[in-house]
Amino acid sequence: MIPGIDFFVPAVYFAAAVMFIYGLKGMSSPVTARSGMIWAGVAMLLAVLVTFIHPKVEGNYLLMVIALVSASALAWWWAKVVAMTDMPQMIALYNGMGGGSAAAIAAVELLKLHSGQAQMVPTTLLVASFGAIIGSIAFSGSLIAYAKLQGWMRKSWRFPGQQVFNLLVFAATIGLGVWIFIDGPTPTLLLLFFSLALLAGVLLTVPIGGADMPVVISLYNALTGLAVGFKGYVLEIPALMIAGIVVGAAGTLLTQLMAKAMNRSLTNVLFAGFGKADEDATGAAASGEMRAIDATDAAIQMAYAEKVIIVPGYGLAVAQAQHKIWELTELLTSRGVKVTFAIHPVAGRMPGHMNVLLAEAGVPYDLIYDLEDINAQFPTTDVALVIGANDVVNPAARKDTSSPIYGMPILDVDRARNCIVVKRGQGTGFSGIENLLFFEDNTRMLYGDAQKVAQALISGIKSLG
Amino acid sequence: MEGWIALYIFMLAAFTGIEVIRRVPAILHTPLMSGSNFIHGIVVVGGMVVLGMADTTAEIIVGFIAVFLGAGNAVGGYVVTERMLEMFKSSGAKPEKKD
Repeated sequence: MIPGIDFFVPAVYFAAAVMFIYGLKGMSSPVTARSGMIWAGVAMLLAVLVTFIHPKVEGNYLLMVIALVSASALAWWWAKVVAMTDMPQMIALYNGMGGGSAAAIAAVELLKLHSGQAQMVPTTLLVASFGAIIGSIAFSGSLIAYAKLQGWMRKSWRFPGQQVFNLLVFAATIGLGVWIFIDGPTPTLLLLFFSLALLAGVLLTVPIGGADMPVVISLYNALTGLAVGFKGYVLEIPALMIAGIVVGAAGTLLTQLMAKAMNRSLTNVLFAGFGKADEDATGAAASGEMRAIDATDAAIQMAYAEKVIIVPGYGLAVAQAQHKIWELTELLTSRGVKVTFAIHPVAGRMPGHMNVLLAEAGVPYDLIYDLEDINAQFPTTDVALVIGANDVVNPAARKDTSSPIYGMPILDVDRARNCIVVKRGQGTGFSGIENLLFFEDNTRMLYGDAQKVAQALISGIKSLG
Repeated sequence: MEGWIALYIFMLAAFTGIEVIRRVPAILHTPLMSGSNFIHGIVVVGGMVVLGMADTTAEIIVGFIAVFLGAGNAVGGYVVTERMLEMFKSSGAKPEKKD
């Protein structure tokens, strides 16, 4: 063994932990966020390199390098080629991998315990098993979230007694954990234990609809952090504990903030299944009719407006319309129209999803406002242009007590003088809730793909000279 | 590891996490989620340790999976976050677009 290694390895881990926290702190402002990430990246690199000389590591170096290089290359390539609109599912995927890794670590530890090569005090065994359950749930749950966001799983599976069934599976998982705790792990028991934990993650995620996925991904992010923290305890690497728990706590807070933005509790998101394309609770049916407008008239309305607020939603992401929207904004601005963007906290498939897309198109972030900052401005706005957003602008949240989204804070676009809604068709949105906005007197529907509509608006305004 | 010390580390780390996040503006929530996703990619270190200790075929296979998944988490999380942050600009950065 190299002399001084017992000091050197923990020292590098310590430095890495400091740099992780410093890097995460940099995330609190767009100005320092990038340098923060670089700090965290360097920390990761150092921690991985120093692990090659970790005292407990005795062999399998070649396999280690193969796993590191192949996974890095694959993840790097995939993360580079994926479109900005698909970012939420990529985060879900990479998060799932972290959870899976934590679960696999637990599996090796428990196998070692079985073969008698490792001893564990009861606390360590308990923490290891708990980390195994959480990691497995985060792994399989994130993969389901990925499949849902990718559009591979459009339906939200529900069956009678589902929650009782889920609870039984979860209880059985815990029961097996207790069995392992008392009798010690055997391969059969471990296989059953991990299968049940993975199944629990699938069952928990399957009934949750796409609209709620942001909250779920954030939750699994927190869970993976927690699982990693537990592994840090078992493997006696405090840097893992600190990084994992910091992420776990931050993720929990973020999850709560997001649930709050939807005016719902976390348990409600997980178990009530509101975003599930519900067939039975869609609120009162709207009366009146939807009135359409064509792009030329809409263009005239916007070109001669004083103040326009653009409200983007997931439809913008689907149509990849962010660049056209920015072109439209610049055109209107050059005519002296004041254009700003209003973003609901849960617009899109992830909090801040729309900010990322608008940033991609080059929209400066100081033109973009949060719900609290802009809602007072709608009554003095000439045109509110809603692009592919639905539930977050549904006045039923204020008016209809029977609506599932009643009480959720919304963007008050219906209070603008005119409201133009760009939408692909007449159907209800992802959540399946009837949108009262579409039937308001000051609302006009502009049907079509967001990108094509934006192009039509641009040509319309240009033709006005 | 001493149980109480571990508990103290957990407690302090949890508070640190909460305090660090509390100040993050909503526009950075996605990069933040992605960035914290990257940071728990440190689990790859744990994967390397267990793979380094693995002897039986089963242990080696599962250990390999642990390293593979952990490395994917870290690298993918980093690249995704970096790509997003790269795009955030204030209007001060491009004055020619404003009046």
